[in-house]
Amino acid sequence: MPERTPLISLRGASQTFHSKSGDIPAVDNVDISVGPGEVLCLVGESGCGKTTSARMAAGLSRPTSGTVEFEGKDIWSMSKEEFVTFRKSVQYVHQDPYASLNPIRDIHKTLSAPLLKHGIAKNRSEGWTQSAELLRRVDLTPPENYLPKFPHQLSGGQRQRVAVARALTLNPKLIIADESTSMLDVSIRVGMLNMLGRLRDELGVGFLFITHDLAIAKYFGWRGKIAVMYLGRVVEFGDTPDVINNPQHPYTKALLDAVPEPDPDLTKTKKPGGGLRSADIPSLRNLPPGCTFHPRCPLFEEGTCNTVRPELTLLDSGRQVSCHVVARRGSINAPAGASAGGS
Amino acid sequence: MTQTTDQPILSVRDLVVSYRSGNGQSVDAVRGVSFDLYPNQSLALVGESGCGKTTLGLGLLRLLPRLGSIPAGTVTYRGRSDAEVDVLALPKNDLRRWRWREAAMVFQGAMNSFNPVLRIIDQMGDTIRAHREKGSRSVSKSEIWERSADLMRSVRLEPKQVLPSYPHELSGGMRQRVLIAMSLLLDPKLLILDEPTTALDILTQRAVVDVLQELRAERKFAMIFISHDLGVAAELADRVATMYAGRIIETGTASDIFYSPRHPYTSGLINAVPPVVGDLPELASIPGSPPGLNSLPPGCKFNPRCSYVEDRCLSTDPDLLTISARPAGMSHEAACLRWQDVVHERKVVARA
Repeated sequence: MPERTPLISLRGASQTFHSKSGDIPAVDNVDISVGPGEVLCLVGESGCGKTTSARMAAGLSRPTSGTVEFEGKDIWSMSKEEFVTFRKSVQYVHQDPYASLNPIRDIHKTLSAPLLKHGIAKNRSEGWTQSAELLRRVDLTPPENYLPKFPHQLSGGQRQRVAVARALTLNPKLIIADESTSMLDVSIRVGMLNMLGRLRDELGVGFLFITHDLAIAKYFGWRGKIAVMYLGRVVEFGDTPDVINNPQHPYTKALLDAVPEPDPDLTKTKKPGGGLRSADIPSLRNLPPGCTFHPRCPLFEEGTCNTVRPELTLLDSGRQVSCHVVARRGSINAPAGASAGGS
Repeated sequence: MTQTTDQPILSVRDLVVSYRSGNGQSVDAVRGVSFDLYPNQSLALVGESGCGKTTLGLGLLRLLPRLGSIPAGTVTYRGRSDAEVDVLALPKNDLRRWRWREAAMVFQGAMNSFNPVLRIIDQMGDTIRAHREKGSRSVSKSEIWERSADLMRSVRLEPKQVLPSYPHELSGGMRQRVLIAMSLLLDPKLLILDEPTTALDILTQRAVVDVLQELRAERKFAMIFISHDLGVAAELADRVATMYAGRIIETGTASDIFYSPRHPYTSGLINAVPPVVGDLPELASIPGSPPGLNSLPPGCKFNPRCSYVEDRCLSTDPDLLTISARPAGMSHEAACLRWQDVVHERKVVARA
């Protein structure tokens, strides 16, 4: 828990979608928060509820139960003015820059529309200069070359930078980046991540950073926190370097044991199947009883794991893990074969 | 790991693939690629979008779309019978027979590779029937079932569950594994996989990678796989070839490429991909963006983005220069005039 009021926090937030074939508990009782200038990475496989959590944080969908708070206030009981302030302060950068920009608006219009609408720019010429300034922030220089262009004239990386510039128009306090770099080629992705990192450091923008790529989460969120999600719940939470290099939850361990590394020697240490008992993810419509991970878990214990649902438990140094077996042990295990001790 | 026989299974020489681009013009997407692939070897083609990896893969099997053509180069295949097959000169019928029986391809996007209204078992049956030897007896249903079930088990799927299903009933990882199984139906000696693990989750990707490794150990086929994921390349490849602007610019064993790359582009690419476990490395992006194929710079195609650029790089487009020669295509070669000066290091920003 940070000492300051977090910018955004989900408290016991759940979202259940109703469908003909039954209810789908996409997100179940999630507690996460991001403070000013902080980074929280949400990682997990498809369907684990990363995007649904982000949409709730952005106020794009209303939780079925639990609350979403912006600077300590429940956003769904805010006055209209407060809600507008919240909306301005939290901006969303989507995954696909080919779909998220209006194809018939040039870049200048895309960027200056919110500036003029919210009175940040008084007139068109101010709109132009402020848009140019925003493009400079996202390293699209010289801006005069880009402002009159349409999205189809830009490459994927350039479009995504425009999407970030648009998110910055209203001086947000929090940016929610939903797989914002996953469509970009590797050489361009790093430039994008470094640019986002500069925004975080220079403007003090907080980030809720969603990715399925653990390497990206580690790189961008090194000084922040990471929350690993599985079937709608957070299963492990802690400081990014610690979680990545010394995972405690068997699911986090499996992910890290499975991910191929761009290093031929390192990648030989990977375990087949990530060391799991089963490769199949249960359906959200028909979740296993007890711990939802138990049918795949290598630490499975008959009697507890398949009957009682584990809650997030605090271990040493702020790590939270939702696992009966790890919680009983009560402390963090040193990484196997670690050469240097962590801090 | 790689058994070396003297004869490569596939020899590609100066292959050019071009696409018509309207106004009677054309662009070369692959500009003179040469390599030898030896039996039971796995070669990874890595590079960014638009570097010509997929086009090369398609060109090798002559599966190019209508706008594509192969104006120059040779592709020679030496299969079971040791007779040389000139793939580019094969008549239509022989080509159809050659594909799948000798060389099969697994395409990107598993869903699009199936007929959505046929059960998996029917698609298996279609393949077996369409490719049976001329004049051989018809194949019975139970035989099709047995052969398919066998393959399903080898990709760790339950035949009773999967074979009677429609493609949409399977998950992405299962579809990808069915597709791999299907490509092996006629026991080809060469398998080309286009982005076999892209768009799969980590654990699903792991299952596909495991299956590919098992199958290769068991069935001994040569493999070319196209990927932009360097992690998968490091894991599955004996050899790695980096492509840039339609050419192979560096080739070598996986350790050559990942630990001592000699082309500045390969080095940059590797430094742009962080490993997951361990310390926090400094990542540097490669400045600029890949050149358009219709406006390639003179000289080395990488020179506008290269930090090692010299005057001679602006005029000479170097061929692959040998760095260390080894048999069976395992040599380390780089197309860079200054390869001796290229230093590859990864700076560590923070310790774990």
